Amino acid sequence: MALGSLLNNPADHNLGRSRGFWSAIHLDPLLLLMLLLLMGGGLFVLYSGADRNIEVVKAQGIRFGVALVVMFVFAQLDPAVFRRWAPWLYAVGMVGLVAVLLVGVGAKGAQRWLAIPGLPRFQPSEIMKLVVPMMAAWYLSRHYLPPRLSRIAVGLIIVLVPMALIVQQPDLGTSLLVGMAGIFVVFFAGMSWKLISAFFALVSVSAPMMWFFVMRDYQKQRVLTLLDPQSDPLGAGWNIIQSKTAIGSGGMDGKGWLQGTQSHLEFLPESHTDFIVAVLAEEFGFIGMLLLMTLYFLIILRCLYIAVTAQDSFSRLLAGALTMTFFIYIFVNVGMVSGLLPVVGVPLPLVSYGGTSGVTLMAAFGVLMSIHTHRRMISA
Amino acid sequence: MAWGEFKDTAAERRLFQRRAVVMLVLVLLMMIGLLARMYQLQIVEHEIYTTLSDKNRVQVQSVPPPRGLVYDRNNLLLAENRPVFSLTLVPERVAGMEATLARLSEILDIAEEDIERFKRRLREPRRPFQEIPLSYDLGEEEIARMAVHRHEFPGVEVRAELVRYYPHSELTAHALGFVGRINREELQRIDPVNYAGTNYIGKSGIERFYEQVLHGTVGYQHVETNARGRILRVLERVNPVPGEDLQLHLDLRLQRKAYQLLEGRRGAIVAIEPETGGILALASVPGFDANKFVTGISVEDYRNLSTDIDKPLFNRALRGQYPPGSTIKPMMAIAALDSGVTNRERRIWDPGYFQLREGGRRFRNWNRSGDGWVDLKYSMARSNDVYFYEVGVEMGVSVMSEYLAHFGFGEDATLDVSGALSGLLPTADWKRAARNEPWYPGDSVNMSIGQGFMLATPLQLATATTLIANRGVWVEPRLLKDIRGDRSVDEFLPSETHEPLILKNPDDWEYVVDTMEEVMHGARGTARSSGQGASYRMAGKTGTAQVFSLAEDEEYDEEQVRERLRDHALFVGFAPSDNPKIAVAVIVENGGGGSSTAAPVARALFDAWLEELPATEQSSVISQVNPEEGR
Repeated sequence: MALGSLLNNPADHNLGRSRGFWSAIHLDPLLLLMLLLLMGGGLFVLYSGADRNIEVVKAQGIRFGVALVVMFVFAQLDPAVFRRWAPWLYAVGMVGLVAVLLVGVGAKGAQRWLAIPGLPRFQPSEIMKLVVPMMAAWYLSRHYLPPRLSRIAVGLIIVLVPMALIVQQPDLGTSLLVGMAGIFVVFFAGMSWKLISAFFALVSVSAPMMWFFVMRDYQKQRVLTLLDPQSDPLGAGWNIIQSKTAIGSGGMDGKGWLQGTQSHLEFLPESHTDFIVAVLAEEFGFIGMLLLMTLYFLIILRCLYIAVTAQDSFSRLLAGALTMTFFIYIFVNVGMVSGLLPVVGVPLPLVSYGGTSGVTLMAAFGVLMSIHTHRRMISA
Repeated sequence: MAWGEFKDTAAERRLFQRRAVVMLVLVLLMMIGLLARMYQLQIVEHEIYTTLSDKNRVQVQSVPPPRGLVYDRNNLLLAENRPVFSLTLVPERVAGMEATLARLSEILDIAEEDIERFKRRLREPRRPFQEIPLSYDLGEEEIARMAVHRHEFPGVEVRAELVRYYPHSELTAHALGFVGRINREELQRIDPVNYAGTNYIGKSGIERFYEQVLHGTVGYQHVETNARGRILRVLERVNPVPGEDLQLHLDLRLQRKAYQLLEGRRGAIVAIEPETGGILALASVPGFDANKFVTGISVEDYRNLSTDIDKPLFNRALRGQYPPGSTIKPMMAIAALDSGVTNRERRIWDPGYFQLREGGRRFRNWNRSGDGWVDLKYSMARSNDVYFYEVGVEMGVSVMSEYLAHFGFGEDATLDVSGALSGLLPTADWKRAARNEPWYPGDSVNMSIGQGFMLATPLQLATATTLIANRGVWVEPRLLKDIRGDRSVDEFLPSETHEPLILKNPDDWEYVVDTMEEVMHGARGTARSSGQGASYRMAGKTGTAQVFSLAEDEEYDEEQVRERLRDHALFVGFAPSDNPKIAVAVIVENGGGGSSTAAPVARALFDAWLEELPATEQSSVISQVNPEEGR
């Protein structure tokens, strides 16, 4: 069966013996193939979502090229390198996050970028999507697993502090992704189910408190708008109404490529960035969504397989967390566009137009490939 | 692996495997959930959304709220809205933007600046199908020409829009401020939803301070359009909530009087009602026509205004920082009495100058020949400098600064006056920080008569005078008197922060007021000619401030230089002195002496406020009432 070959990549059997071509260049052909398929399809949809603007597609193509190079570079590094560097990267990232709050630049009332003379502008929060799970995995895998309560607490602090700093920027979407990446590490490390239930209980109790004390007006507004889009037809409600209309009018097999009326009449805002899945749903219908979801699922399946077969705890925790972060991207974005979740700025991975998140994602896949292909000869 | 403590590798692997399976199941379930949602939208509710999509010719349009009006205290309109026709484009509907702009420029006279600004707006984020204005204030002929060519321009509309208009702009520009087009910076600050369809925002003064109140809340309507975007009918409408109308303390008649009194000069007048702190008049002369700024001033007009050597755009009343000169003496008198440095009986010998020590520098009295033995009352009336030199040095800078701070110097004490400056109240610490020098006794000598480092705005002088008129009770100056409608004005005015100034001997207030009356009515008072023949008693103090230098890069002809090197004339005062209804500060730039130039201006204002205006009010009431009775 196809699923069988997905899991049992022939390259895996070459451990310790004659290393194949793919192992030598430290790439996983199956994962790479699926990612290329996703990117290629993404460019197609983008051409339509950007209203046939070939420049946008070209720019995205260049980004993908850069992202693939980044992935390749990360794949060449031994996982032990990531483990050794994790605390230092984490320290640098934290300094970056604090610096952003103090001297960062940005637009629309949010400071997210750091402009250091001589370097290209970058978002420290973006780097933290990789570094926070690395740091948490480094810390927890130093000791036996499952971790003691005190180590779980430290692990959570490692995650929550950068998360809190990113919320201050304010950037809810990124802080959510960074936080989830770290929390998945703790989960995979073996946090007991009792604790997990307690954690969820705490979250559900604190949610109303968050509403009254922590959430800013615009965030509350987003939640209210989700519940009743008609209440704000000029603002955020507009997006939800229009994207639901676009998706719903797609039907079973869609209106056809470039034929989506909603997106092309520009009723649909952000049709090539965060809301691109609505374009896909309108033009390729339910069948298109089914194919997209299947492809995503297969990628996740392959990545979890890589995680399970990884050789040491650090690699396992990191691989598992990065995989789940990828899933969170998908879930939050599709949930938001289809009106299940409030509007949070999270792109559809490897399909939405935009630079930094694509590069970070591909770097994460590079790490996964590195974990899969750097294997020590151990006699089991 | 020498990694951490003892680890059971196999057990850890099994633990991870179990967790991974749990996650995989969770991922699968959540993805099925997403697909179920898609199924719901795309298959189950497909019909509903297809219908919605087909008639997505139905659009949501914003309906901007009319901006609140501004009235003076007698309900005369100071700021209203008038309909203006502007040319707007909906970029989504325009076929070929460049060609359309080129063709439009052929038909209409569109300035290059307008096109550039339009293109900038085009690049900024906006809602789909939002109109972007290209050209404002079309004339009737242009509207007619557009009507003829309308079919050639899909997506181009002539829109009627309400735009701010100031009927008495030359008189009120400095007091009210003005609105202008929303610029890039403001675009990032405002709520894009509430300003959808609004092109103007308060830039200064009241218009800026009360922007949120005046703006109102946006409304919207669902409209059905044809394929070219023309509105066929309105389906549903939620009306905008108009901005609140404001009533100011300002009296347009007194304001007009103030401008008349300063006509042809440069200067400022601030009049405050002591009971309420309400600003009755706030004049900075010359003024300018703020209406020019509303729809965007032309480059040439702006250059003319900004390079005019009389600086009409400069708000002298709020931002002109002058040495207060002898107008500081009433406050100094309070400080000297209350700190115990002097008393009512103390007399000081004035030989025509003052020396810190024998043979030192001579600080001259303005009357070079000297006034002989002088007490406080005589010193106020004659504006004797030597008396104040002496008590100033005895008080020292810290005591003087402390008392003057109570009078609102060195801070912006206003509640809702946007852009007021705080002047400069020097202290020893300030001088060390700013000049890197210690405070010399000679600095105290200068400070005692309002010269040297000290700077104050006319508004601050009027505020300090109000405190004397109120005998120490603070009322912060304010412009807003009332909000039309049933909301209380206190919801909008910032709260008051100043404590009353309580003297050890409260009777000192009356004494200092007496000395100020002496200035106006005494046999030797410096402003006695301005006090003559009044039916009420007034209190005041004249002042003359030296003009030290002109900026070097300014080139004026000799006549003008001579005129602009003359002293500034100042006056502060209030009337009637026992029950003050009005407190004023007057400054006439290069007006010469305070007693000859500034005091008569203040007297005219007192007369207007206390006698002439009430008289006309009465006669107008009578003329309104009589026909009623005749029926």
